[in-house]
Amino acid sequence: MATLRSEIAGIVTSEDIVRVRHMVRDAAVRLSFSLVDQTKIVTAASELARNTLEYGGGGTVRIDELADHGRLGLQLIFEDRGPGIADLNQAMQDGFTSGSGLGLGLGGAKRLCNEFEIQSKPGEGTRVRVARWK
Amino acid sequence: MADKYRFLSELLRKEEAAILDKWLELQQVALAGRRDQVSVKDDVETSRSFLHGFGKALAATRELDLSSSGWADLRQTLEQIAITRATRGFGPLETAMLIFSLKQPVFEAIRRSLSSKPEELASEIWNATEILDRLGLFVTEVHQKGREELIRKQQQEMLELSTPVVRLWEGVLALPLIGTLDSARTQVVMESLLHQIVSTGASIAIIDITGVPTVDTLVAQHLLKTVAAARLMGADCIISGIRPQIAQTIVHLGVELTAVITKATLADAFAIALQRQNLAVVRVQKNPPAAG
Repeated sequence: MATLRSEIAGIVTSEDIVRVRHMVRDAAVRLSFSLVDQTKIVTAASELARNTLEYGGGGTVRIDELADHGRLGLQLIFEDRGPGIADLNQAMQDGFTSGSGLGLGLGGAKRLCNEFEIQSKPGEGTRVRVARWK
Repeated sequence: MADKYRFLSELLRKEEAAILDKWLELQQVALAGRRDQVSVKDDVETSRSFLHGFGKALAATRELDLSSSGWADLRQTLEQIAITRATRGFGPLETAMLIFSLKQPVFEAIRRSLSSKPEELASEIWNATEILDRLGLFVTEVHQKGREELIRKQQQEMLELSTPVVRLWEGVLALPLIGTLDSARTQVVMESLLHQIVSTGASIAIIDITGVPTVDTLVAQHLLKTVAAARLMGADCIISGIRPQIAQTIVHLGVELTAVITKATLADAFAIALQRQNLAVVRVQKNPPAAG
């Protein structure tokens, strides 16, 4: 698997969420994703970036444009050093939120992507990796 | 450390004209393509006043600390230059080059007067480098602040120009949403919709999201809250402008919009609104009416 391009962006303010959406959309356009696929990965990025900011207290995202045996894909890795998630199963459940949202962000992001991986340790932070292939 | 910069300040006083000439020449080369943005006269004036202030500041101070009082006037001049350039669309690099391009003429002047004393030459060049680097960084920082100011202003303007609530028909309001629905703007927009519902006594409000590029759970939540609030006030909402990719995304996200009437286009939503009001659009008969 080869990385064609990689970018890292900070997520510190709510304007950064908008910027991350734009960067992800640009990357998806570069990989000539269909409009539906673009919208899906951008929406997933929006959910995860907002989680990073609101629950993780800010963090970073790495946007990787990948090529695997001729298949093109977009991988996003969100990392924060926030309080972490105590119960991952509960967090993944639709409708559960520790904040004031709809509680659909994590599950929604998972359904919008082909690959989804989450690691979290209470007190150390959270890392979410998603990927969508063409 | 006494009078560390005496040599430099005297040099600047003596050689001001020569340094200025050379400096302006270098600036012209650096800004070759940007003649339209700053007039030549502006350049000469700002450069002259900067150089003059620089000499004065050097004479008055013994510290490198730009925040000390001896540098106050020069700081002000620099701030003005940086902010003017920032608002005119110059990059931080171009603004910093203004200061850095002063190095060459200053170093040349130092060399001319100290060519026989290599040790002093080296130490004075170091002094000059240190100060000019500081000034260059300072001007970059101010420039950045100027840009941020500009961006903040534009953001504010966008908030104000936010989407108007329009009356489509007696009792039918429409809210065409455009762009990013970050929480600050959504708040403003939704509030104005609720106010308009009260003041016009509308019974149907159409929220059109054709111009919203991303509908995530936060946007959906804002929409649902507005619909619920409008309903409490006796008005029904129709959400229109749901494009295919948005529809698919909403389904994957698991957002329940079933309690809301949704339509693909604003025209469809308007048709429903008219129907609800027991109104219909009919084609006008073109034949001249019978005389009578």
